[in-house]
Amino acid sequence: MGKTLAEKIWQEHVVRSAQGEPDLIYIDLHLIHEVTSPQAFDGLRLAGRPVHRPDLTIATEDHNTPTQNIDQPIADPVSKLQVDTLRKNCAEFGVRLHSLGDIDQGIVHVVGPQLGLTQPGMTIVCGDSHTSTHGAFGALAFGIGTSEVEHVLATQTLPLVRPKTMAINVEGALKSGVSSKDIILAIIAKIGTGGGQGYVLEYRGSAIRALSMESRMTVCNMSIEAGARAGLIAPDEKTFEYIKGKPHAPSNWDEALAYWGTLFTDKDATFDVEISINADELEPFVTWGTNPGQGAPLNSNVPDPSAIADPEARGAAERALVYMDLKAGTPLKNIAIDTVFLGSCTNGRIEDLRVAADVLKGKKISKSLRMLVVPGSARVRLQAESEGLDKVFIDAGAEWRQAGCSMCLGMNPDQLAVGERSASTSNRNFEGRQGKGGRTHLVSPLVAAATALRGTLSSPADL
Amino acid sequence: MEKFVTHVGTALPLRRSNVDTDQIIPAVYLKRVTRSGFEDGLFAAWRKDPEFVLNKDEFKKATILVAGVDFGTGSSREHAVWALQNYGFKVVISSRFADIFRGNSAKGGLLTIIVPQKDVEAMWDAIEQNPALPITVNLDARNVSYGDVTVAFDIDDYTRWRLMEGLDDIGLTLKSLDFIDKFEKSRASFKPNTKTLNH
Repeated sequence: MGKTLAEKIWQEHVVRSAQGEPDLIYIDLHLIHEVTSPQAFDGLRLAGRPVHRPDLTIATEDHNTPTQNIDQPIADPVSKLQVDTLRKNCAEFGVRLHSLGDIDQGIVHVVGPQLGLTQPGMTIVCGDSHTSTHGAFGALAFGIGTSEVEHVLATQTLPLVRPKTMAINVEGALKSGVSSKDIILAIIAKIGTGGGQGYVLEYRGSAIRALSMESRMTVCNMSIEAGARAGLIAPDEKTFEYIKGKPHAPSNWDEALAYWGTLFTDKDATFDVEISINADELEPFVTWGTNPGQGAPLNSNVPDPSAIADPEARGAAERALVYMDLKAGTPLKNIAIDTVFLGSCTNGRIEDLRVAADVLKGKKISKSLRMLVVPGSARVRLQAESEGLDKVFIDAGAEWRQAGCSMCLGMNPDQLAVGERSASTSNRNFEGRQGKGGRTHLVSPLVAAATALRGTLSSPADL
Repeated sequence: MEKFVTHVGTALPLRRSNVDTDQIIPAVYLKRVTRSGFEDGLFAAWRKDPEFVLNKDEFKKATILVAGVDFGTGSSREHAVWALQNYGFKVVISSRFADIFRGNSAKGGLLTIIVPQKDVEAMWDAIEQNPALPITVNLDARNVSYGDVTVAFDIDDYTRWRLMEGLDDIGLTLKSLDFIDKFEKSRASFKPNTKTLNH
């Protein structure tokens, strides 16, 4: 019987397999950042262990780093200590690091693909749940905890139980104004935040194949929001074209290409579960609640919890509306926004900035809100500046910042104030995620830009 | 890692579903570079409310957390596990856990137990009626018991053995170094290396 793509990659990486034990899986690339690594390096030091493969490891500073005045020392002493600790650890253990101010610094999941380190058929891990982003290249990529970070540093392997497989078939064509962010938000609303638990998701179908590489990364990025550690897409010509010429693209290109060409789900393979989404019917999608599964089409209303049959979901919806200060039945388009955040590993790449700038060009954002534009990496920032996008954002009244995770998780000074409401292109709308007491609506870059102009949740069609 | 065979303690009923890791420990508390001291961040936002269950005297000594479905969703931060352990929890019971959280718990010796939602609800009722109710978690026998109730739970043999022996995963894997060496010799040469620029 045939194999799914995930099963093929898994099998290629089994170092050791024994009855009744997890498989020992080899890791091709380990990405590191300052928040989830200090205790792992400490563990190595205590045990007197080296990093087994520093040449398969790379680090960057992203979660804590400020997006303003980056030429000055980090003001928050605790953040500074964490960043300094990463620098010290990388120097001691021989790990390549891209520090704040370096041209290759940025969000770890933007940096990997841009360097060409993310390639089809690889296993990629990072102490960050959005590692699933790299699945867009047909890699098996997933987030790990700090104990696992230490395990990979020490052995370049992980003991893992083989996940089940789920196909998500997205057929049809997206309407104008609908993007890959809307696809993934609609998928999460359909299967729920726990729907993907224990599975690797494979996104398939004509609507997925039609997406650019960067749009595919947006889809795979939020697999974890459906509970799946990993989500992937079979590589194709677009994938190969994207990698070609990048700093770490294979020098023996033909050999690599021959292997990459084998990376697809066989026709006679079966998935444990299959679900379908009709791309023709998708609309711009936004969240109204406090988990990414609580979303609805922008043209609809805040849902009425009393109409939800499942008591658990009803209770969660009631709590969410209280936290979000929303009334059932309110048109989503009437919700006034205080802050628009364009950025993150979900939507902080150059294409995201381009589509948003296209909406904003020659216009002014609403006086009732502020807009932060935070490129995903220093190189994305430079590329945007070379295209004049920075000027478009600044002329529209937005703030043009330095690269990092920024307001996606509010570890640096970029945070929402208590009660403040955001339209955010990031990935999580959890209570307080973007700052204590802040309220988050997840949106696409197109919706973020249109919302910035109108002051309430909007799509470009409303302009 | 401490061995885990049985544990007897009182429990805290957390009647909430989808308790994500940003609630267990908000990002601003993740800046420490040690594995200890995270207890202050545990449920930090919710603890501001004096009515929050963690603030009630009768549950102050609880070592078993009984939570709603989808506990630990969201980020991969192992700090969520450390915060629970630093605070004093040894066991978390729910009807479903997020994968990464569950994996992290097993690495650090925090036992996560999955039981059907109806059993979670029965436990909530029993604990609320009697917060001093002793609850016994028996990993060897794979069950949780209180009063005259016994609920069986599933856990894979390997994780159970590791927890009961208190074994460190890295030490176990390093016994397979020969396999790792052999695997590395057969890896494709076109795979990227972070120290070598090709273009």
